[in-house]
Amino acid sequence: MKQLLKGGRLVDPASGRDGVFDILIDGDRIARVGRDLTVDVGVTVVEVPSGLIVCPGLIDMHVHLREPGQEHKETVATGTAAAVAGGFTAVGCMPNTNPVNDNAGVTEYMLKKAAEANLARVYPIGAVSRGQKGEQLADIAELKAAGCVAITDDGKHVSTALLMRRALEYTSMFNMPVIEHCEDPSLKGDGVAHEGYQASSLGLRGIPSEAESIMALRDISLSSLTGGAVHIAHMSARQTLDAVRFGKSRGARVTCEVTPHHFVLTDEMLAAPVAYDTNTKMNPPLREAADRDALLQGLADGSIDVIATDHAPHAADEKQVEFDHAPFGITGLETAVSLCFDRLIHRGIVTLPRLVELLSVNPARILNIPGGSLAEGAPADITILAPDLAVTVDVARMKSKSKNTPFNGWALRGGVAATIVGGRLVYVNADTGLDLANW
Amino acid sequence: MKKDLLGIADLTADDIYRVLETADAMREVGQRPIKKVPTLRGKTVVNLFYEPSTRTRTSFEIAEKRLSADTLNVAVAASSVLKGETLVDTAMNIEAMSPDMIVLRHASSGACHLLSRICRSRIINAGDGMHEHPTQALLDAFTIREHKKEIAGLKIAIIGDLLHSRVLRSNALLLTKLGANLWVCGPPTLVPPGIECLGVRVTTSVDEAVRDADVIMMLRIQQERMQGAFFPSLREYFNVFGMTTERVKLAKPDVIIMHPGPMNRGVEIASDVADGPYSVILEQVANGVAVRMAVLYLLAGGVEDEAAA
Repeated sequence: MKQLLKGGRLVDPASGRDGVFDILIDGDRIARVGRDLTVDVGVTVVEVPSGLIVCPGLIDMHVHLREPGQEHKETVATGTAAAVAGGFTAVGCMPNTNPVNDNAGVTEYMLKKAAEANLARVYPIGAVSRGQKGEQLADIAELKAAGCVAITDDGKHVSTALLMRRALEYTSMFNMPVIEHCEDPSLKGDGVAHEGYQASSLGLRGIPSEAESIMALRDISLSSLTGGAVHIAHMSARQTLDAVRFGKSRGARVTCEVTPHHFVLTDEMLAAPVAYDTNTKMNPPLREAADRDALLQGLADGSIDVIATDHAPHAADEKQVEFDHAPFGITGLETAVSLCFDRLIHRGIVTLPRLVELLSVNPARILNIPGGSLAEGAPADITILAPDLAVTVDVARMKSKSKNTPFNGWALRGGVAATIVGGRLVYVNADTGLDLANW
Repeated sequence: MKKDLLGIADLTADDIYRVLETADAMREVGQRPIKKVPTLRGKTVVNLFYEPSTRTRTSFEIAEKRLSADTLNVAVAASSVLKGETLVDTAMNIEAMSPDMIVLRHASSGACHLLSRICRSRIINAGDGMHEHPTQALLDAFTIREHKKEIAGLKIAIIGDLLHSRVLRSNALLLTKLGANLWVCGPPTLVPPGIECLGVRVTTSVDEAVRDADVIMMLRIQQERMQGAFFPSLREYFNVFGMTTERVKLAKPDVIIMHPGPMNRGVEIASDVADGPYSVILEQVANGVAVRMAVLYLLAGGVEDEAAA
C-alpha cells in the first residue's frame, strides 16, 4: 500500500527542507522525498492544494488524558480523537491519573487504551514519586521498560530539592528528562489567579510569578549539579524565562515549554468579557501583558523550546462553580494550531520552520521519541496545515469530552487540514479543499 | 441601574447619587409610627447567606419588611455546602420558586456574578469574598454626606486589613468616583498589589494617613481570614496601626470615625475612640436600613420598567 503526497509546501527543518516536494509513503514509513517524484501504477496519488503545508506530525508533550480514574472528563479515546483533530500525531500523557501512573500496570493500561483507540500515538509520562506523594522515587526503570518516556509529578512540583536531585541523578542513566511543574507551594498558598492588579481588584487570592521562577531556579541549579535533564513545563512568567536563559547560558541541561493560552491571553481575561469566568482559571495562572510579551520574545529568539497545550479537560459542572472552587485548567488540543498560526505566524513572531521545531522537532528530541522528521525511513507521521483557513472555535464540534476553553467563538486564521499517523489517515478537514477520499 | 447590584464597579456617579437621594426619602419611613410602605408588596426576596452575618442580614431583612416584601432567610451553614449541593443548584432551586430578588452573601469572590449569569431574579451582592460589599459603601457614603455634605475633595483615610477587605474595594471605587482624596493604610503584608491603580494613595504611616483627614474609616482585622503571619501579634498591630485618641488629634477637628463592624476593640480601634464623640459607627448601622431600602426599591422599579416595556 503506497501513497504519494504531491505538491504542497514541505516544511521539515530536521532535514533542512522547505519547499515544494513530493512524499512517497510505503505502509507506515516515508519511502522517498523529492521533487516531481514519478511513481508506478497502483500508487494512490493525492494532490495537495497549493497553500497547504506538509510537516512532520505535531507532538503535544503535555496532555492530561484523565484515564484511568476520571473518565467523565476525558478518556484516552476521546483525548486522542481531540489530538488528531488538532493536528497532533502524538501526545505525552501526564501521570496524575487515579491511580497515579507510578507503575508498569498503569502505563500498560494507558498504552492498551491507546492501541484500542488507534488514533494518535500515546507516550505515557510516569510519576517521579510513588503516588506523586513526593516521598520516595517511583520504580522508574520499570516505568521506562513499560513505555514511559519521561517522569514528572505534574500537578505539583517535585516536593523537595533532595528528591529532585535524586530524580535527576537516577534518570540520567535512562536518558529521560524530568519534567517539572514549577511552583513553590508556600508562595502559591491557596492562590487562584496571578498576583497583580486584576486579582487585587477582583478580590482573588494571588499567585506571584516568583512561585514559579524560584522553583525553576532550584531545578536548574540541581540540573547543573547532577547533569540530569530538566524540562520546565508550562512556563508562564518572564522571571522564569530569565531563569531558563541563565541556565542555558551556563550550559545546564534545561529546556522549557509554553502553552498557547499563556502567549495569547493575560489576566485581564479574569475581569472581561465574562467576570470570574472559570475557563480563565488555570495553573500556572494567566499573567500580565509584560509576561505574555516576554514569552512571545522567547518564542521568537529561540529561548523557548516547545509549545505544549497542558490540555486539562474538566466537566462542565465542575467548572460551573465559584471561581475559588473551580479546578484549574483548560482544554488545548483543538485550539493550539489555530492560535499558533493566528498569533505567531500571521503576526510575524516566528517562521514556519521555527513553529515546526516548537511543535514537533523539539518535543521529539526532548522525549527521545520517533518523529519530528520526514526523512526517508522515518515513520509516516504527517500533519497537513492550512495557514489561511478561517476557523471559528466551536466547542460543539470538538472531539474532547470536555468543553472548558476560553476561546469558544474566537475567529482565528489557520487550522489543520489532515493528520496522518503511521501512514493512516486519522483526520481530514474537508473545508480545506484537501481530497483524501482515495487514501 | 442594571438588572443586578453586583458591585460599585458597575455604578456611575449618577447611579450612586440616585441611591443616596432615594435613601433620604426611605429614612423617613423608619421614623413613622407605622414603619411600613406597600412598595414591594407581592415581591419575594430571598436572603441567601453563606457566611454568618448579623448586621447585614438583619439590615436587609428590616429594609425588605418596611417595603412590604415577602422575605425569607436561607442561612447555609458551611457544613451543608460540604454535603454536596453546589451554589448553582441551590440557586436554581430557589429560582424555581420564582422569587424577585436574591440577596447573596458568600465567601467566594465573584459568587454573585455567577448567579447573575444564570438567574432571572435580581441579584444583590451582600458581600462576596474579598471582592465587593456595595451596600456597605453606599451606606458609608450616605453617612459621610450627612456630616460633610460633599464627598468631593474630602481627605478620607481607610486603615487596616486592606488585602482581605471587600469594604475597602467597594469604598475605594465609590469614593474615588465621587472625587474624594482617598488614602489607604495598612501593614505592607496586607496591601493588595496594584491597589494604587484604583486611584488611591498608599501609605504605611497611620499618622500620614490621618493628618488633616475629614473621615477615618477603620477596617476590621479579619482574624478568620488570616491564614499566614501577616503581622507578629495583635498587640504589635494595635501599637502600629490601632486608632487611638492621640492619633485622632492629627485629623481635622470635625473628623468622623467610621467602622463597618464588627469591631475588635483594642485591635484596630481603642474603645474610647469607638465610643467617643467622633464616632458615627452606630449611625452607619442606622443608615444601612434606609440605603438598602433604596437599593431594593430602585431594583424593583427596574422590574416594572421591563414589564411595561
